[in-house]
Amino acid sequence: MSKITAWDRVLLARKADRPKACEYINEIFEDFIELHGDRCYGDDKAIIGGIATLNKIPVTVIGEQKGKNAKENIERNFGMPNPEGYRKALRLMKQAEKFNRPIITFIDTPGAYPGMGAEERGQGEAIARNIMEMSSLKVPIICIVIGEGSSGGALAIGVGDKVVMLENAIYSILSPEGFASILYKDSSKAKEAAENMKITAKDLKNLKIIDDIIKEPEGGAQEDFEKVIKNIKKYLEKNIKELKSMKVEELLEKRYEKIRNFGKNIN
Amino acid sequence: MVIDKVRKINEKEETRTKNVKAADMMIGKWVKCDQCKEIIYKEDLHKNLSVCPNCGKHFRLSARRRIKQIADEGTFEEIGKEILTQDPLNFEGYLKKVQSLKEKTKIEEAVKCGICEIEGNRTVLAVMDGNFLMGSMGEAVGERITVAIEKAIEEKLPLVIFCVSGGARMQEGIVSLMQMAKTSAAVKKLNEAGLLYITILTDPTTGGVTASFASLGDIILAEPKALIGFAGPRVIEQTIRQKLPEGFQSSEFLLEHGFIDKIVERKDMKSTIAKLIELHK
Repeated sequence: MSKITAWDRVLLARKADRPKACEYINEIFEDFIELHGDRCYGDDKAIIGGIATLNKIPVTVIGEQKGKNAKENIERNFGMPNPEGYRKALRLMKQAEKFNRPIITFIDTPGAYPGMGAEERGQGEAIARNIMEMSSLKVPIICIVIGEGSSGGALAIGVGDKVVMLENAIYSILSPEGFASILYKDSSKAKEAAENMKITAKDLKNLKIIDDIIKEPEGGAQEDFEKVIKNIKKYLEKNIKELKSMKVEELLEKRYEKIRNFGKNIN
Repeated sequence: MVIDKVRKINEKEETRTKNVKAADMMIGKWVKCDQCKEIIYKEDLHKNLSVCPNCGKHFRLSARRRIKQIADEGTFEEIGKEILTQDPLNFEGYLKKVQSLKEKTKIEEAVKCGICEIEGNRTVLAVMDGNFLMGSMGEAVGERITVAIEKAIEEKLPLVIFCVSGGARMQEGIVSLMQMAKTSAAVKKLNEAGLLYITILTDPTTGGVTASFASLGDIILAEPKALIGFAGPRVIEQTIRQKLPEGFQSSEFLLEHGFIDKIVERKDMKSTIAKLIELHK
């Protein structure tokens, strides 16, 4: 296969038929029970969450949910959460902490929703609080970028002991289009931006922003979904076991150390 | 007599400057207030804490002036000065731009941190500077803020951060984004240590700074009429395809919606901070 460029991966990550969070949740876990609402304002359909089991171990699962067609996308707001989505996620994560359940999150968003209501209800505060709280939750957290991880909207459910990416997923400060329009004053230079932004799984591994890369079949996750599920499951089983065997102090110390060093040890 | 002469000169200058573009005036001795359109003598403006004597508009402040206004004279000792901009993405032209900006503005980074006294209260103070790449947060800003937080924890001191930022620093990409995690995780440690953390949101505070340490203060103050939000107004307008109402994302708007504790005018800022610190001793 010829070399896949960063822009190719952008397109792959956004592909309509690329599997979305709820497909992963349904295939990886058993007994998923979805739980709703942030107990403050509403239930954001751009974020789904609940309890499930992974080989009989109860876990809390959270994911950013895009749609696969126009109708679904409108219902899910194109996977762009409002503050109540992040607050629902935090509520479920605190619940996980109370009942000592590991947390697994699936990241797939073009970004937090930049709407009027989102601002009125404190989008910035919601993201900030999630990031802060996730840095010290006393249970193992594994975050998987499955498609598009964009900006604070991704990070708001993306702080964990293991942050991993699917091979063709992207993770960036904002979309290549947005980046190009800010820095090159021309959004049509998105392709060029994508190459320079360092957004692929390999780039992020090199920058020590993510811990691991999970393999995808040639052509992307949709080509052999079963295989991807197997790879993720294997990864989760191994790592949850390891993380669970650690003392809480050690777990938190390691997590903090990783976060503390973001941006160091580069080049 | 002399006063009359001065007035005459001033009047002459005024008519002249009224015809000059606002940008040109910034280099000179006069500034035009973009709120009330009044032409102000620059020195008068600075003597008035960079607040328009006519309409009360709070002009943007450099970190240097802000520190002068907040810290007791001669008490500010800078920390983290050695932490400078890196170029994690090897982004073309970035270091060059930073270098020329440094020379032009005599500013090293978009935040200046230190230990000082505020009405005699020893405090860790971090002040962002909008004159340096719009106060954007890259690795160096994140690291300086984190080091300041750690200093507060180490010396059991209160922490005060003045925020002004266009958000994350684009040229450092994902590394900038991760500074949100780094600073917020450090704030958590500060909380666990039971120390007071006050943030002051000034015009403008947006993006990744709003979505991290700026929103995590025990007490969140704001200057009047500052723009504060996560998404910038232009992005929102493009998304919803309509104009935003007047005052949307202003300090007053945030107060009404419950996201800040208090709006404080610049003339009362130092004494308010000092009082809050004293109440937590």
